[in-house]
Amino acid sequence: MAAAMPLALPVLLLLGPGGWCLAEPPRDSLREELVITPLPSGDVAATFQFRTRWDSELQREGVSHYRLFPKALGQLISKYSLRELHLSFTQGFWRTRYWGPPFLQAPSGAELWVWFQDTVTDVDKSWKELSNVLSGIFCASLNFIDSTNTVTPTASFKPLGLANDTDHYFLRYAVLPREVVCTENLTPWKKLLPCSSKAGLSVLLKADRLFHTSYHSQAVHIRPVCRNARCTSISWELRQTLSVVFDAFITGQGKKDWSLFRMFSRTLTEPCPLASESRVYVDITTYNQDNETLEVHPPPTTTYQDVILGTRKTYAIYDLLDTAMINNSRNLNIQLKWKRPPENGYIHYQPAQDRLQPHLLEMLIQLPANSVTKVSIQFERALLKWTEYTPDPNHGFYVSPSVLSALVPSMVAAKPVDWEESPLFNSLFPVSDGSNYFVRLYTEPLLVNLPTPDFSMPYNVICLTCTVVAVCYGSFYNLLTRTFHIEEPRTGGLAKRLANLIRRARGVPPL
Amino acid sequence: MAAAGAAATDLEVARGKRAALFFAAVAIVLGLPLWWKTTETYRASLPYSQISGLNALQLRLMVPVTVVFTRESVPLDDQEKLPFTVVHEREIPLKYKMKIKCRFQKAYRRALDHEEEALSSGSVQEAEAMLDEPQEQAEGSLTVYVISEHSSLLPQDMMSYIGPKRTAVVRGIMHREAFNIIGRRIVQVAQAMSLTEDVLAAALADHLPEDKWSAEKRRPLKSSLGYEITFSLLNPDPKSHDVHWDIEGAVRRYVQPFLNALSAAGNFSVDSQILYYAMLGVNPRFDSASSSYYLDMHSLPHVINPVESRLGSSAASLYPVLNFLLYVPELAHSPLYIQDKDGAPVATNAFHSPRWGGIMVYNVDSKTYNASVLPVRVEVDMVRVMEVFLAQLRLLFGIAQPQVPPKCLLSGPTSEGLMTWELDRLLWARSVENLATATTTLTSLAQLLGKISNIVIKDDVASEVYKAVAAVQKSAEELASGHLASAFVASQEAVTSSELAFFDPSLLHLLYFPDDQKFAIYIPLFLPMAVPILLSLVKIFLETHKSWRKPEKTD
Repeated sequence: MAAAMPLALPVLLLLGPGGWCLAEPPRDSLREELVITPLPSGDVAATFQFRTRWDSELQREGVSHYRLFPKALGQLISKYSLRELHLSFTQGFWRTRYWGPPFLQAPSGAELWVWFQDTVTDVDKSWKELSNVLSGIFCASLNFIDSTNTVTPTASFKPLGLANDTDHYFLRYAVLPREVVCTENLTPWKKLLPCSSKAGLSVLLKADRLFHTSYHSQAVHIRPVCRNARCTSISWELRQTLSVVFDAFITGQGKKDWSLFRMFSRTLTEPCPLASESRVYVDITTYNQDNETLEVHPPPTTTYQDVILGTRKTYAIYDLLDTAMINNSRNLNIQLKWKRPPENGYIHYQPAQDRLQPHLLEMLIQLPANSVTKVSIQFERALLKWTEYTPDPNHGFYVSPSVLSALVPSMVAAKPVDWEESPLFNSLFPVSDGSNYFVRLYTEPLLVNLPTPDFSMPYNVICLTCTVVAVCYGSFYNLLTRTFHIEEPRTGGLAKRLANLIRRARGVPPL
Repeated sequence: MAAAGAAATDLEVARGKRAALFFAAVAIVLGLPLWWKTTETYRASLPYSQISGLNALQLRLMVPVTVVFTRESVPLDDQEKLPFTVVHEREIPLKYKMKIKCRFQKAYRRALDHEEEALSSGSVQEAEAMLDEPQEQAEGSLTVYVISEHSSLLPQDMMSYIGPKRTAVVRGIMHREAFNIIGRRIVQVAQAMSLTEDVLAAALADHLPEDKWSAEKRRPLKSSLGYEITFSLLNPDPKSHDVHWDIEGAVRRYVQPFLNALSAAGNFSVDSQILYYAMLGVNPRFDSASSSYYLDMHSLPHVINPVESRLGSSAASLYPVLNFLLYVPELAHSPLYIQDKDGAPVATNAFHSPRWGGIMVYNVDSKTYNASVLPVRVEVDMVRVMEVFLAQLRLLFGIAQPQVPPKCLLSGPTSEGLMTWELDRLLWARSVENLATATTTLTSLAQLLGKISNIVIKDDVASEVYKAVAAVQKSAEELASGHLASAFVASQEAVTSSELAFFDPSLLHLLYFPDDQKFAIYIPLFLPMAVPILLSLVKIFLETHKSWRKPEKTD
């Protein structure tokens, strides 16, 4: 399609002064950070935040020139006169009971809430158009937002940024809980980052790892903020956040140790040259008295202590812009190791592959005496392919029984016996000494009801209705068109003949 | 008793017959129309005949030319005949179903006093300055001044001059056939300034059969209500280059005047962005002789795609986007040159892609690396860049270089970079293109609706179709009477309305409702109802037939 063009330039534009204005101080800045928090349950949470600040009044300019701020979002702000925009896509649910409180909250699915400028006349129309455009930008089904799932909260969802008045008429809020978040939502989100995914912390954003997690939440927040301390003019702030929770058992084979490489299958190689701040925070708060429970590698340059969400936390800080940090080893792979040996236990989990292999979960646990241990597994009911249903699908589908194998201490100490000589019922399972005996328990198989579709339902309805109509019609028709006339009995029935025979025999005239 | 019984039976039989006939009558008179009415799709009436008439539309493009004769331009007795009007019409031969005729309506008149005065001044530029002020010419019209054969207004070897506005100057002649000779010259000049076959062929490129030069013709953007122009600076290596460009100043100084001049052709919006880590799709080759890298011509098409995903769609509007990329190659691949077919570096180091935009490679001066540490600060020379981008912009809008007749002087470029008559030429071309697009859209819509009877035609779709047809007709009329501006506006309306009708979502609602499903629903209802009716009708028919025959036999 392209063609090299020998340009004979007839256009010579030498208007105006030739001097070039001196470069102004950069009017936009980028800060990026990653917080890694080992969670109480043993999982690891990673929270990315990229903040782009732009000292510009987007709404007043006819021609806009973008540098770090993404053009696609900037155009939205000026076209739809947005004051604030908050959009999040979340897969999974943040388990506060096991993971503690989150830094960034988001509901499952897609959430969008927007404050419009008070100059907007038809808020509903702008809201509809905006959700359509956003659905195009983020490849999400936000176009399903309509009046049936949009609300205007009056007490909650106050503006997070600079705001003079809060007339709720200009707020719209919608959630799509069914929205499934996947790679196609992450790619456009990554494209909005100035360093794309080529340098800085964004290198770690590899889709196939980020979606193999228990929780994934990505968000975009746009709001106006004060440009300086006296707040004489405003700047626009774009925060792109992404939180994931890695399942430590899957990635770490039962250990709680982690490293950047193990979680993201990448390491940090170079800082983003556009960022004015680029840091990794690792939560190294120790809850026990002895400080020697964990170890981070490489050793951090500084630490940071603060009260976060009500608890005192200690963070190790790695500054990527510090040239020594990366130059020493060409890349930075932060590792955390727990010094105490992990609790006695072993978990082996092999996930199923559809139609190829089943799940396998093996746990080696030591149970305290007089305790109840529950192991529960969640099933997802799914529709099978229609050829895969058994002839009697409503009976249910079997899940094979679980197995419990244990060495139970014996009540009575028995003397070692000759294995060959002992009776057969006692010698299938070899036992090393007499103080234990081996037990294997099987649970009941589980019968699970799967949803079964009814393919013929609509046609059945049609047929039934038509049959009813046809039957009614048919009887009416018969009733009205048939001719009824009285049949003159000619020979009479069998009973009559019999009666006449008897009458003749008796000499009485026949009937 | 038996006779009475038989009579009663006959009565009963007759009643049954009547009932069956009545059922059949109700089913036919009431049931069938009811079924027909309730299952029918709503189809508003459309002007099918007018739409098919549009295909045979004859476009007459009229260019009003005012020809002004100064005192000594033609022989005196010829001057006596003034003023009068000559029409020069010719058909433009294009392989297109629409016949296009071009008409130059030349109104000859004598020069007024102030015109005489202006044209006797020393140079063409002065004359123009003096002539310009009093009159504002309508779009599409031209004024040609005929000056005396020996006037020093033009250099001696030049026969004519084309000005930057809608004026031209032609040298007169003292000859018996003066009007004929001058008339031919005027038509030559007027053609160069308004309509040529090339311009129209380029405008209709999409509708004409393919031929070998059509690729070149398909370069300009398609006509639209507006355009978005995006300048992007690609910096794939921000570690080594800290690139700054004064795009705001450059847009203000160079792009905006050009777009202001072009504003009659549509709405324009301009923005710019800087993209970091945006790579080209191909690896440049190394040329050891000049120790530089190069992209050869056949690899250029692969350059655009990977970059395009980063450019960002224009989320906020539906207008086509023109992209202009300034690529500062990474340190490892600089300097980078673009080679043409013969392997020679392209002077501008730029190329363009039809209907998409242009890319320019901007090499950082190698001297800057010596002094300082990385990243080096790079100030982009915007004059150099904008020269290329504006030339590409002109090409992409289809403002081609005019074909100047021999011995004709062309005025120098204007400050806007666009001559007024070039804009007129663009408007002619765009109007014709819009008319062709609207006609094609309407014809396909009419064909489609005629072919598929399932489609619902709502009233608003029909009204858009009527509007579009009316706008096409109005535009053609305005073109024929030489009102370019209103013709262009009408042609835009025609395109907008026709596309609104064509892409209306309501057309799709019942499109995919197959016949077998229809029968699956009808048969369980209709079969049990129709069979008894038909059977009793057959029975009645047979009986009547028999009773008709019996009397014959007895006779």
